[in-house]
Amino acid sequence: MTTIDKTATVPSARSGDDHVGPLLEVRDLHVEFHTRDGVVKAVNGVNYSVDAGETLAVLGESGSGKSVTAQAIMGILDMPPGRIPQGEILFRGQDMLKMSAEERRNIRGRKIAMIFQDALSSLNPVLTVGYQLGEMFRVHQGLSKKDAKAKAIGLMDQVKIPAAAARISDYPHQFSGGMRQRIMIAMALALEPDLIIADEPTTALDVTVQAQVMDLLAELQREYNMGLILITHDLGVVADVADKIAVMYAGRIVETSPVHEIYKAPAHPYTKGLLASIPRLDQKGQELFAIKGLPPNLLHVPSGCAFNPRCTMAQDICRSDIPPLLPVTGTDGTELVGRHSACHFWKETLHG
Amino acid sequence: MPDATKTAPAPEDAEAPLVGPSVDVKAEKARSLWGDAWLELRRNWYFIISAALIVLLLVIAIVPSLFTSASPTVGDLAHHFLGKPELSKVGSPEWLGYDGQGRSVYARVIYGTRASVIVGISVTLLVTVFGGLIGMVAGYFGGWVDALLSGFTNIFLGLPFLLGAMVVLQAFTERTVLVVIFALAFLGWTQIARVTRGAVITVKQADFVQAARALGAGTNRILFRHILPNVLAPVIVVATISLGVYISAEATLSYLGLGLASPTVSWGMDISGGASQIRVAQHILIYPSIMLSITVLAFIMLGEAVRNALDPKTR
Ligand SMILES: Nc1ncnc2c1ncn2[C@@H]1O[C@H](COP(=O)(O)OP(=O)(O)OP(=O)(O)O)[C@@H](O)[C@H]1O
Ligand code: SF4
Ligand SMILES: [Mg+2]
Repeated sequence: MTTIDKTATVPSARSGDDHVGPLLEVRDLHVEFHTRDGVVKAVNGVNYSVDAGETLAVLGESGSGKSVTAQAIMGILDMPPGRIPQGEILFRGQDMLKMSAEERRNIRGRKIAMIFQDALSSLNPVLTVGYQLGEMFRVHQGLSKKDAKAKAIGLMDQVKIPAAAARISDYPHQFSGGMRQRIMIAMALALEPDLIIADEPTTALDVTVQAQVMDLLAELQREYNMGLILITHDLGVVADVADKIAVMYAGRIVETSPVHEIYKAPAHPYTKGLLASIPRLDQKGQELFAIKGLPPNLLHVPSGCAFNPRCTMAQDICRSDIPPLLPVTGTDGTELVGRHSACHFWKETLHG
Repeated sequence: MPDATKTAPAPEDAEAPLVGPSVDVKAEKARSLWGDAWLELRRNWYFIISAALIVLLLVIAIVPSLFTSASPTVGDLAHHFLGKPELSKVGSPEWLGYDGQGRSVYARVIYGTRASVIVGISVTLLVTVFGGLIGMVAGYFGGWVDALLSGFTNIFLGLPFLLGAMVVLQAFTERTVLVVIFALAFLGWTQIARVTRGAVITVKQADFVQAARALGAGTNRILFRHILPNVLAPVIVVATISLGVYISAEATLSYLGLGLASPTVSWGMDISGGASQIRVAQHILIYPSIMLSITVLAFIMLGEAVRNALDPKTR
């Protein structure tokens, strides 16, 4: 089924990379928007990293800053009104925030690509999908129209679009939602990037199609050994595909963990609340749990722990001191690898 | 529902025939926005009729002598006014009657086409290119660039179109076709600039522009490949409608004695001349007016057809 010979085109960077450490590392990233009403602090110190071949799921309620973080990584934030007052985004150890616009543009699409939530509006309505897929090869690799088209068809086959050759000249609106998202995936995949950021890639799709698209994404990621940052607010989707999870709240990472451990024992009250709000078969008929209250207004983030107005465990210290994201340990004091929590009472949450 | 295995094509796209994938590149002709628009236009009667009319007008404008042997400027006072139209004599000098100086109205309508069509098309092209460019740059870059260009546009927009054109024309002693084109374009580009700016601002915020950026497209590519095709439709509609406005404006200026002057022949001059004699001889006014209306209509129809053809969703 695959029509492009992958072995010949794997970028040398992937095998002969002299950089040690994670593929992408975000350090203490802050993003704010200067609006008429004041400064919206959308991201307030995000830390996460992802390795080649690894899937990081970023979870959190609407407005928690997941997309803004992703846009900052891609370098597609609207500036102004956006601003990055501090932080680092290291790609293979190099801080992208210090690169020139041209250097960053060369990374986009080639090294890091992005898939958006709504594939219909993410594809240009007046250009055929073949043109848009082929554009990747024409612009970045200087291929001829004919070669680019052949490659575009190969890509469409690869993301399992039936009758690719016949549909290459169709327009985006002529495809179903799932097929469109496959086309977006194909575009992101075209230049075999090292990292893909998928911002709620399946939210706009219905449930059966969601699973197919997620499977496809996971399969291609394995095949190419790419890093994947999967942004979602659906904890259910995450369990099958992610290696690790970062939970965001009010522009901050409040918990990180390898995927399975977090389901068994969350170390942050917010994560606990999220998990409790997943519908479960064995609780059929019972009222669904929901975290009380609303996400904070980012113009006025609560002092101390941003979650304190909604947290059942909140104490005075939570209202005054910001809890740092610290490693957590098991009951016997051994460090739990990859687990961090930003809660003054993580011990009580995790072990209590 | 059977489980979709990982290798089989997902069965969700029921309308797509499940033909095995192939890479037969030559099987289908390459399609593009313009290619598809052209296929669509060829099947559109509005387009065929308007295009035929416009081609005819162009031929008349280029070789008017093909259509009449009479002179538009030399009159025989013997025909003065009294030469009422003889509608059965199609194509003869007396077909549409004579004007006050005994010149063939038919010949004047034919020879007037050139100036009117040249003014209309030239002004439209000039304002579309200039106004469109200003609007695109202002809309895309925003910030101080937009503030500067929009301020500049608004200054011109503040000047009343005809009054402004009159003032500009006063500055020239000789009122040739070029001068009239300049005067109209000088004041006419603001509308296109504003329409383009608005459309670009809307399209710029579309997800697909951000997606194109996220996949590494540069400014030029985003502006000309992604944004431009999406703003063409409203611009084309405004441009073709204003083409008629410019031809009429030339007529109005001539009517006021500020537009083209003899020996140039234009519909505008004849309409203005005919208007003053409307009680005595209506035909002097009517025939150039009909030509003007047909021309304006043909271009508006063309614009509408092109706009529809450029939108894949209406195909
Ligand atoms: N251009 C902008 N100007 C002002 N505020 C913005 C802008 N873009 C984003 N924001 C704000 O930043 C905050 C975080 O938004 P973001 O899109 O990252 O949320 P999210 O976690 O992706 O939510 P969702 O799950 O709904 O996609 C929001 O409160 C939003 O209002
Ligand atoms: S720090 Fe306090 S308010 Fe914040 S989550 Fe922990 S217990 Fe709740
Ligand atoms: Mg989002």
